Amino acid sequence: MDFDLSEEQQLLQETVGQFIENECPMARLRELFDDDSGYDPVLWKGLVEMGLAGIHLPADFGGSELEILDLAVVAETLGEHAAPVPFLGHALATESINRAGNDEQRARMLPSLASGEHLASVAFAEDGGVWLPEQWTLAAPSGTTGAISGTKEIVEFGEQADYFVVGLAGGRMAVVDRNAAGVEIQRYEGADRTRRLAIVTFENAECEVLENSDLETAGRVRDVGLVLIAADAFGGARKLVDMSVEYAKSREQFGVTIGHFQALKHQLADMAIDIEPARALYWFAAHALDHVPDEAVRTAAIAKSHLCDRYSRIARDATEAHGGIGYTWEGDTQIWFKRAMQNRVFLGTPRLHRDRAADLAGW
Amino acid sequence: MDLSYGEELESFRKEVQAFLADNWPPKDDGNRDDQTRAFRRKATEAGYLNRHIPKQYGGAEQPPDSMKGAVISEEFTKARAPMEPRGIGTMMLVPTLLERGEDWMKEKWVQATIEGDVTWCQGYSEPGSGSDLASLKTKGELVDGEWVINGQKIWTSSAMEADFMFCLVRTEPDAAKHAGISYLLIDMKQPGIDVRPLKQMTGSSEFNEVFFNDVKTPEDWIVGNRGEGWLVSRTTLKHERNGIGAAGQVVNLFNGLVKLAKEKKIDGKPAIEDASIRRGLAELEGYVKSHQYSGFLQMTKDLKGESAGVIQLMNKVNSTNMGNMVAKLAMEILGDDGVAAPDGRGIVGLASGAGDVDGLWTSQYMSSLGVAIAGGTANIQKNVIAERGFGLPRDAAAQRSK
Ligand SMILES: Cc1cc2nc3c(=O)[nH]c(=O)nc-3n(C[C@H](O)[C@H](O)[C@H](O)COP(=O)(O)OP(=O)(O)OC[C@H]3O[C@@H](n4cnc5c(N)ncnc54)[C@H](O)[C@@H]3O)c2cc1C
Repeated sequence: MDFDLSEEQQLLQETVGQFIENECPMARLRELFDDDSGYDPVLWKGLVEMGLAGIHLPADFGGSELEILDLAVVAETLGEHAAPVPFLGHALATESINRAGNDEQRARMLPSLASGEHLASVAFAEDGGVWLPEQWTLAAPSGTTGAISGTKEIVEFGEQADYFVVGLAGGRMAVVDRNAAGVEIQRYEGADRTRRLAIVTFENAECEVLENSDLETAGRVRDVGLVLIAADAFGGARKLVDMSVEYAKSREQFGVTIGHFQALKHQLADMAIDIEPARALYWFAAHALDHVPDEAVRTAAIAKSHLCDRYSRIARDATEAHGGIGYTWEGDTQIWFKRAMQNRVFLGTPRLHRDRAADLAGW
Repeated sequence: MDLSYGEELESFRKEVQAFLADNWPPKDDGNRDDQTRAFRRKATEAGYLNRHIPKQYGGAEQPPDSMKGAVISEEFTKARAPMEPRGIGTMMLVPTLLERGEDWMKEKWVQATIEGDVTWCQGYSEPGSGSDLASLKTKGELVDGEWVINGQKIWTSSAMEADFMFCLVRTEPDAAKHAGISYLLIDMKQPGIDVRPLKQMTGSSEFNEVFFNDVKTPEDWIVGNRGEGWLVSRTTLKHERNGIGAAGQVVNLFNGLVKLAKEKKIDGKPAIEDASIRRGLAELEGYVKSHQYSGFLQMTKDLKGESAGVIQLMNKVNSTNMGNMVAKLAMEILGDDGVAAPDGRGIVGLASGAGDVDGLWTSQYMSSLGVAIAGGTANIQKNVIAERGFGLPRDAAAQRSK
């Protein structure tokens, strides 16, 4: 048994982390957080040059054929740095096309996405907490091409994406060009300013249905998404624990550093106890998607729920541990706090996926 | 990442299976205790039990290999074959003697302990010294080549039955707090020792008060040098920690809880169909799986000779937390049946996974607290995480009393 990252995976994680640290230190992150542009094209371009836009795609289409676990350790690193880049939506859109497109569609669509020339995102959510493929309502055209109508919400980097993979009734998925007639993209002010949101409305908008799309392929995309969010949550929560410990070592009150006070020590220990073991949960969930199919679906649901809840709790505790500064826009913890809010909701709340996990267990 | 066991281990697994097929359960119907004992001896000779103990002291003397250990434990559990007797003697004293004891001590006690011929109790805590263990007062004086011991221990598990005690005693009254303690071995069956059972909240009496009135032990029944008892006890605690928090127990406990939820009714329907119970179970499963896979991670790091970091400090408080969560959810499921008196059988789910007896679950509700207190309270564990794991300053009072 070897339940650990490979040397390559560790190197990948370090390289990505180092690059973000250089390109997007705290000062730059703050700038982007307050800026209206949404994300840093230079940062994204650098990550694309490392191959992150097509990490898991076949080599024939310009990808590196790595596993979901590789994608996930990257997601952890991005979460750790709260990196303002459109990684998640792009990864899910390309996974959709790779899994559900026919050979011709894959060969035509994937290379420019793998190279980062074009950016894609997923448009899955509908009003009322509708995230799951079996709940999607937009009517799919009968042929491969046709028009769709309806509204999708919580589309990450919807204003920046060139293409959308749109979830349709019956688990069908279709690709829509942002410039197609009948596509209207509206900014949505989300709390998490590291991953901007849009509402996208389609009115008889031309689309191309991914030929092999069905509930199963859409379910696979959902599960990859759940695991990537879990990984991002782990990275963010870990970072918040570290930030809080550092703060406890430097901030003085009553003539000593606040790390002397046991109530705070225990608060910090509780945060770490909550998150530290969950690294292994997201690793296993990612590994299972490629290697343990029997357990993959349930574990993805549990991992997403668990890590998002843990992240939310730690975000609150970490902010509290920073005292007044933690409550300000100026303070750093709020950036991760808000990322935790978005993670909790994106692709469905913990409650939704716990109910699924219970159903899947036959409870 | 590779979760398979590999060819070598799979063929090792086949060996273990073949051994078990030949030897367990025993074919003739003799005395169960004798059979178990004979089986354990055979399994040790075959290299499956007592693997870390030298042959001369009755062990199998195998090179450390936690993967093989895992395979053995999986197969023995499947076949319901007995492993080493669990007990404070095998888990704590034997490793301590092997590491710190004199050869004659190993000869005298190791084999007898692992074969269940002698049993031990742990005399650390005193009425005034629990978390602040190093403040202990029980006195040992060397008089004419014998230690003479006076004082009192408390919460001593199994002291009623035990043949011997490993005990922390203040032998250097003028030395600093931690430097004045020695680690003595004491024969429990002698005059001057008064063991009084304490009734636990569960109704059973596993722990006791132990009074020493001029109790004697030979001069050389000391592990480590005079005044080094604190260090020796740290060795022991390291082994205790390694034994605590094994994921298998938590998984069994969780499975027992799911079974309970299927059997019990809420509003006339199986509890498992109740939305809050279903979500509670799914939430708990997030913790259980995290703990389980973290076990894989720690084993991997161990195999590679690397440290798993701060997570190693968390195993006890983690399983404590999960024990508490399981207990609370069990009470939700039991509803009105949660008034049942505990049946004193201790922790459910460990062996049988049984979940059909209300009293067993109220027992679990209470005994999960014992786990939170024994072997260092959750608060103390959190101090350790913050101070040793994060490098935060030591508690001011603890600092002063050093
Ligand atoms: C089931 C069971 C079996 C046991 N078996 C044995 C045995 O076989 N042999 C043996 O020697 N002992 C045994 N013990 C004793 C056990 O080790 C002690 O109970 C334990 O170490 C706590 O000590 P205490 O009971 O004196 O509590 P105290 O130390 O008085 O603690 C009371 C409360 O104060 C808190 N507290 C104390 N100090 C601090 C601090 N510095 N920071 C924060 N909080 C603090 C504790 O967390 C606890 O909540 C057993 C206990 C139980 C429950």
